[in-house]
Amino acid sequence: MYINSDSQFGRVSKVIHWLVAVTIFSLFGVGLWMGELTYYDDWYQTAPHYHKSVGILLGLLMVIRVMWMFRAGKPKPLVSHQAWEVTLSKLTHLLLYLLVFAIVVSGYLISTADGRGLEVFNWFQIPALGSLIENQEDIAGEIHEILAFTLIGLAVLHAAAAIKHHVIDKDSTLRRML
Amino acid sequence: MKKRLLAAATLLMSLNASAADYVIDTRGGHASINFKIPHLGYSMLLGRFNDFSGNFSYDASNVSAAKIEVSINTTSLDSNHAERDKHLKGGDFIEANKFGEATFTSTSISDKGNGKLEVKGDLILHGVTKAIVIDAVKVGEGDDPWGGYRVGFSGTTVLKLKDFNIPERLGPASTEVEMDLHIEGIRQ
Repeated sequence: MYINSDSQFGRVSKVIHWLVAVTIFSLFGVGLWMGELTYYDDWYQTAPHYHKSVGILLGLLMVIRVMWMFRAGKPKPLVSHQAWEVTLSKLTHLLLYLLVFAIVVSGYLISTADGRGLEVFNWFQIPALGSLIENQEDIAGEIHEILAFTLIGLAVLHAAAAIKHHVIDKDSTLRRML
Repeated sequence: MKKRLLAAATLLMSLNASAADYVIDTRGGHASINFKIPHLGYSMLLGRFNDFSGNFSYDASNVSAAKIEVSINTTSLDSNHAERDKHLKGGDFIEANKFGEATFTSTSISDKGNGKLEVKGDLILHGVTKAIVIDAVKVGEGDDPWGGYRVGFSGTTVLKLKDFNIPERLGPASTEVEMDLHIEGIRQ
């Protein structure tokens, strides 16, 4: 029930999957919104603080997720799936993972470009690596934004594919994750 | 940018061979361009531009012939806080990715006595050219210990954000920025 089987994701993978999905879309929304806040807005300082804190926790959860994947394995692709579908979905999954990690790292590099550590909910602080490149906060910021849009685009594609399998192909692709 | 400065320096030299020509000692770090703006009206925020270059010609006996030209890399803004730097350099303020260079070129320099100078010139900042006046004072000049000759000045001026189309997003207390300028030139 907790471990993934050949035909079904286990409870741990499911919970992590949906938690990550909700977190990513929330972070994206908050990220867009907080960039538009004026200096005198009540949320001007708190929104970025929560965004960063949740982002770091998401990164940690993703590390656990990858470790869990190695421990618990993954269901086998459905026999009804074409080879190209299997390849494309594997590639998409890999890209989704890489994008999440790259976005977390680029976000960290914005906040820590001046050598200040990153406070996670005032629970603990992630130390800074300092300035690794010139204008790091600008370059990391650009990358963070571009990758975030890419991730959301890819996640929508990923969701659309799951829905297509569920509604049109009527196979168990989506049900395995529910 | 370097080429342009070099061309400007060559031009200055040919036009004004008698006045001494100086290069601002940014290599040795004996020059700084600082800004100061109130934060919420409760304290002063200080920052600076780390990367700039310039040269001037100056002769104490003929101050009105003096000239100065400085070019500033606006992406080098540094207020000792990366997230704020990113914000100040971004679209909300100086748009450094679009207007990466700010320049000051003097149009007239006059001697106000007691080492004081009035430096008038054009500042191009955020894509806007505006005539400004820098109140300057000569700090000193003479031989340095390493075989060179140096002269140094300090200057201040106040810039209105609105004059340079920089949005006044920081509130009513923070619409003007004070510039605190220090240069030391090495005679060429």
